[in-house]
Amino acid sequence: MDFLSILSIFVLAVFVGYYVVWSVTPALHTPLMAVTNAISSVIIVGALIAAAAGAITEGGGISQWLGLLGVVLASINIFGGFAVTRRMLAMYKKKDKKPAASK
Amino acid sequence: MEHAVAATPAWAVLAYLVSGVLFILSLRGLSSPESSQAGNRNGMIGMLIAVGTTLALHPTGLPLIIGAIAIGGGIGWVIAQRIQMTAMPELVAGFHSLVGMAAVLVGCAAYLNPVAFGITDAAGAILGVSRVEMGLGVAIGAITFSGSIIAFLKLSGRMSGSPILLPGRHVLNLGVLAGILILTGIFATDSGAAAGQGPLLWIILGLSFLIGVTLIIPIGGADMPVVISMLNSYSGWAAAAMGFTLQNTAMIITGALVGSSGAILSYIMCKAMNRSFISVIAGGFGAEADAGGPKASGPAKSYKAGSAGDAAFIMQNAESVIIVPGYGMAVSQAQHALREMGDLLKKEGVSVKYAIHPVAGRMPGHMNVLLAEANVPYDEVFELEDINSEFGQCDVAFVIGANDVTNPLAKTDKTSPIYGMPILDVEKAKTVLFVKRSMGGVGYAGVDNPVFYADNTMMLLADAKKMVENIVKGLNGGGH
Repeated sequence: MDFLSILSIFVLAVFVGYYVVWSVTPALHTPLMAVTNAISSVIIVGALIAAAAGAITEGGGISQWLGLLGVVLASINIFGGFAVTRRMLAMYKKKDKKPAASK
Repeated sequence: MEHAVAATPAWAVLAYLVSGVLFILSLRGLSSPESSQAGNRNGMIGMLIAVGTTLALHPTGLPLIIGAIAIGGGIGWVIAQRIQMTAMPELVAGFHSLVGMAAVLVGCAAYLNPVAFGITDAAGAILGVSRVEMGLGVAIGAITFSGSIIAFLKLSGRMSGSPILLPGRHVLNLGVLAGILILTGIFATDSGAAAGQGPLLWIILGLSFLIGVTLIIPIGGADMPVVISMLNSYSGWAAAAMGFTLQNTAMIITGALVGSSGAILSYIMCKAMNRSFISVIAGGFGAEADAGGPKASGPAKSYKAGSAGDAAFIMQNAESVIIVPGYGMAVSQAQHALREMGDLLKKEGVSVKYAIHPVAGRMPGHMNVLLAEANVPYDEVFELEDINSEFGQCDVAFVIGANDVTNPLAKTDKTSPIYGMPILDVEKAKTVLFVKRSMGGVGYAGVDNPVFYADNTMMLLADAKKMVENIVKGLNGGGH
């Protein structure tokens, strides 16, 4: 892909992001931050490439270890981000279930 | 570009695209609580596809990679299970720092082993455009990292929340920023850098770490919702920059989504405080508070103090109560007791609603999560613009741990630092019950609140949680 095609995807995605995020209800802004955090860890793709390539190309030693460290950090984020979002979203309940306030 | 990137097979390109689309759907799901969990699942599937595709394309060194994923995943999983909901702001700040660091590591790895990333020309030199992307990606990543670390330290109370003002900080910051941009330009054109040599990238990296710190330390605690949103945005742009380097659509789409998401949240937060983004970034807000505050001084004004028993009696006999929670509720973990109080009142036939100001708490939507954690149904929780007109008809406004967001001076006093900020009109309720630790503190903006001294206000001076628990006791025992 050439630079201009990539730039086009990027610009369109910014607009998609703009409209999608405005439709997020303010009550879910904290989960929004947690989930955007998790998905921005897609940067793990770059870390994986470095870690994998370092194992076969010579002189890729440092690059491999940087990649592996990147994989660890991004994985913390991916698992942590999605799990904590899930935990938060499970708390949002509607009124219909009578809260058990009997003591 | 006839190297590894051009060799990316069509199925992989499509797989990354699918993963990008799933990330869009994951955010779209958050438009309502019902669809949100499905949205989160889409995000996980998208991530699984992106990681699976990458591993299938580069199936070497797998044992170490799987080990790295297991270590990171395990740590992340445990943190996510253990973290308290009140600690969510510092958790998110901490997570942002990791994204930033990961971006830095990827950028450096690409610089050291450009062939693996397919960013070299026929002669083996790193492409100029890739060097621009790399320089920017590493810079944004480093700023995200060190800025988020400072935000984390401030939010978790390990560092004072009050602004630290370096002399000449604007000149310093602008100078360093210009330096980073100029060096990135040189880095893109320098022949040594093309061969992967020379210290330019490392200097850019060092300056970016530095400016991340100096940008965030002057920003005070009350502006943290903006800072944390802004860092959210930066982490997205860092991922997008790396996506350009790798020519990976999943990364570019995600980076753009996260970048705009954080930018929109920053905008919403600034708007809710009637501050300009520039003035937040410039920092120092809340510092003038203890310095002078001529309008806050003067003779001690009289106010009415009440007890938990009085509050229980008033609310029992009310028809409608609107509860206004703020950061103080989070600090004292009063949300569970508060829900119990709400339940008891509802049993007595009182209508109970919750009113949330956009900047209540330390991050966007913080109060909503805490109330949800305490099992408050989300359809009893209202945003400022949806409920503000109801204060005029309600019997009791119960303010707990909020202050500036209820201050009517924002509407009238043009000299006030919070002038123009949209506020919750609690003073229009027949009775205002104001839970506050003491009469001493005056909120983050350092402004006195006339609601304290109004005839229809009763101050409930105590720790928020203790006060609510005592009110609950009063409601339980106070009946006939």
